[in-house]
Amino acid sequence: MSGPIHIRPDETFTLNVGPQHPATHGVLRVKMEMDGEYIVKAETVLGYIHRMHELMGENRTYPQVLPNLSRLDYLGALGYTHGHVLAVERAAGIEVPERAEYIRAITVELNRIASHLFWFGAFVMDLGGFTPLMYAIEDREYILDMLEAVTGSRLTYCYYRFGGLYNDVDDDFIAAAKAFIPRMRKSLKKYDALVTGNIIFRKRLEDIGPISAEMCRKYGATGPVARGAGIDFDVRKNEPYSVYPEFDFDVPVYHECDSLARYKVRMDEMEQSLRIVEQGLEKLPDGPIMPKKAPKLIKPPAGDYYQAVETARGSFGIRIVSDGTKNAYRFKLRSPTYSNMSLFDEACEGMMIMDALAMMGSLDLVIPEIDR
Amino acid sequence: MSLTILNALVAVVAAIAFAALNAAYLVWAERRGAGRIQRRPGPNVNGPLGLLQPPADGIKLMTKQLMIPGGADKALFMVAPVLAMAPAITSFVTVPFSDTIVAHSMNIGVLMIFAFASLGGMAILLAGWGSRNKYGVMASVRAVSQNISYEIPMLITVITIVMMSGTMNLKELVGAQAGGIWNWNIVPSLSSPLMPVSFLIFFICSLAETNRAPFDLGEAESELVAGFHTEYGSMGFGLFFMGEYANIVIGASLITILFLGGWDCPLGLFPGVWWFLLKIYLLIFSFIWIRWTFPRTTIYGLLNLSWKILIPISLFNLLLTAGLLKVF
Repeated sequence: MSGPIHIRPDETFTLNVGPQHPATHGVLRVKMEMDGEYIVKAETVLGYIHRMHELMGENRTYPQVLPNLSRLDYLGALGYTHGHVLAVERAAGIEVPERAEYIRAITVELNRIASHLFWFGAFVMDLGGFTPLMYAIEDREYILDMLEAVTGSRLTYCYYRFGGLYNDVDDDFIAAAKAFIPRMRKSLKKYDALVTGNIIFRKRLEDIGPISAEMCRKYGATGPVARGAGIDFDVRKNEPYSVYPEFDFDVPVYHECDSLARYKVRMDEMEQSLRIVEQGLEKLPDGPIMPKKAPKLIKPPAGDYYQAVETARGSFGIRIVSDGTKNAYRFKLRSPTYSNMSLFDEACEGMMIMDALAMMGSLDLVIPEIDR
Repeated sequence: MSLTILNALVAVVAAIAFAALNAAYLVWAERRGAGRIQRRPGPNVNGPLGLLQPPADGIKLMTKQLMIPGGADKALFMVAPVLAMAPAITSFVTVPFSDTIVAHSMNIGVLMIFAFASLGGMAILLAGWGSRNKYGVMASVRAVSQNISYEIPMLITVITIVMMSGTMNLKELVGAQAGGIWNWNIVPSLSSPLMPVSFLIFFICSLAETNRAPFDLGEAESELVAGFHTEYGSMGFGLFFMGEYANIVIGASLITILFLGGWDCPLGLFPGVWWFLLKIYLLIFSFIWIRWTFPRTTIYGLLNLSWKILIPISLFNLLLTAGLLKVF
């Protein structure tokens, strides 16, 4: 470590971005071969917080592994537990009461808004603007308080059960959710006026960080990343599950392929989620939240089951191979951020480091979900 | 002779005290202001309104161990923070706060302040290079290219003003603007119709010179961790921090003196030091406001702004003013 440094003019140097770096929002490491400010080659190194959730899914019973699913993605946890309960219900053939499905859809969409709100703040913070995060957190806090009242936790929820829910929503929740919708619409307008129109913000995102549809297909990118590249794919529309066919909502798609397109997709998605919540609250039927004969011990018949759901980050798939016992024989999680992150190495080649990190922010990374 | 030394001593102590006090309490003001902008209280626990926060921070920074990273150039590493703070304080010597309150009125006051301001870029370069950190080196390269490209439009603007006033003495520069708002340099006159644009250029350049957001590329925390002061802890960091705020005060003072009539009242009544302080604190508040409302620019956007927009405009203004001064 001592002695003078000799650098030839054509020499590149290796820059370790992470595992502890403010831009990676977690313990992600990107080894970058740098030529001054330009990235020659990047290599993503994963695994710093690998916790073997898939193996745990094979060693534990199905209900025992349910809390694990919300530890995948701490920002949009309900979407992941939703995927698990849907997969197990499909495997074990458990009927779900309609009210429970509606409440699931409402809470998942609220959670999606909370996740996107936090992403919005963190993304602008990646670009150097600290203030929008504080505004976004204020709205997110409202959702977390609402969800805390019914689910019992604020971040890593374990609210859904095989066949229904742990707890019914009360009038307070419905009143709070109804009050939230106009409030959030007002906030979205405010964010649009404060951030989207900002000249510095636009200059940093427009035509920067191109991720084409071909690249999305090559790496299996889904969610807002793919929709920002013009791929009209949303699991809620294309492979409908739960009660999503009952709702009238649009899938925002932008064809610009740049960081701004991904930003716009997420901002529009919040509005669409609000529409789903609004309709869900209107249509919310009365009735039980758990089936009369919910099985105490879940032993799906031997077979191979797959369920995909649209989480805040993209298409999350869960594959259960059952051998008829109370543990899964194989438990495979297909997490959207892992695929979205895979394309970063190719996409950031030749970019300047600040643009590359802005693009990384637009991928909406949650590291525990990459390292399952 | 001894009286001169005593005078000089008093002046230097007063300058250091003013700079340090401002640096400490501007941090407090910035954090409170940021709190107001972001709908949170900001520091409010230590003392009334959190006013004891700066001394508490100072004690914390001073009592921490100064770590020198392995392989760092010790001498440069230690010199850099001092070099960041010292020129900023020295610049205060020639800043006239009012007709009478000025430590040393020099005929080359403007030149001296710019000479010392350039040393600030040197401090950043040494800090980044001396700490042997890749982020530090990248940040210092950025900061130096930024400082160089923003000093040029700044100096061209100053030349325009010096040409109009015919002096480089800060006190006389203010004297030339005395008598109310219509005499100030910011107001366009027959011989200098583009002065508001010049003011804007100078304001932007001051932001860039002090490495403040949206031009804080030297410490862009989302790319370069903490930029040139990544490896600095304890008072080394403290000095960089105080140097930044001292530079902000110098920048605001320069804008006030060059464009806003110094200690002159807008209506020509009761000129005095209070007007000067009011103006610089309003400017500093706008610096804080801008920092907490805008995202960061890119390095190429920043350099493009300087070389393709600010420098041509300021050069055009210089030529226009020179021509018009000859005519009228």
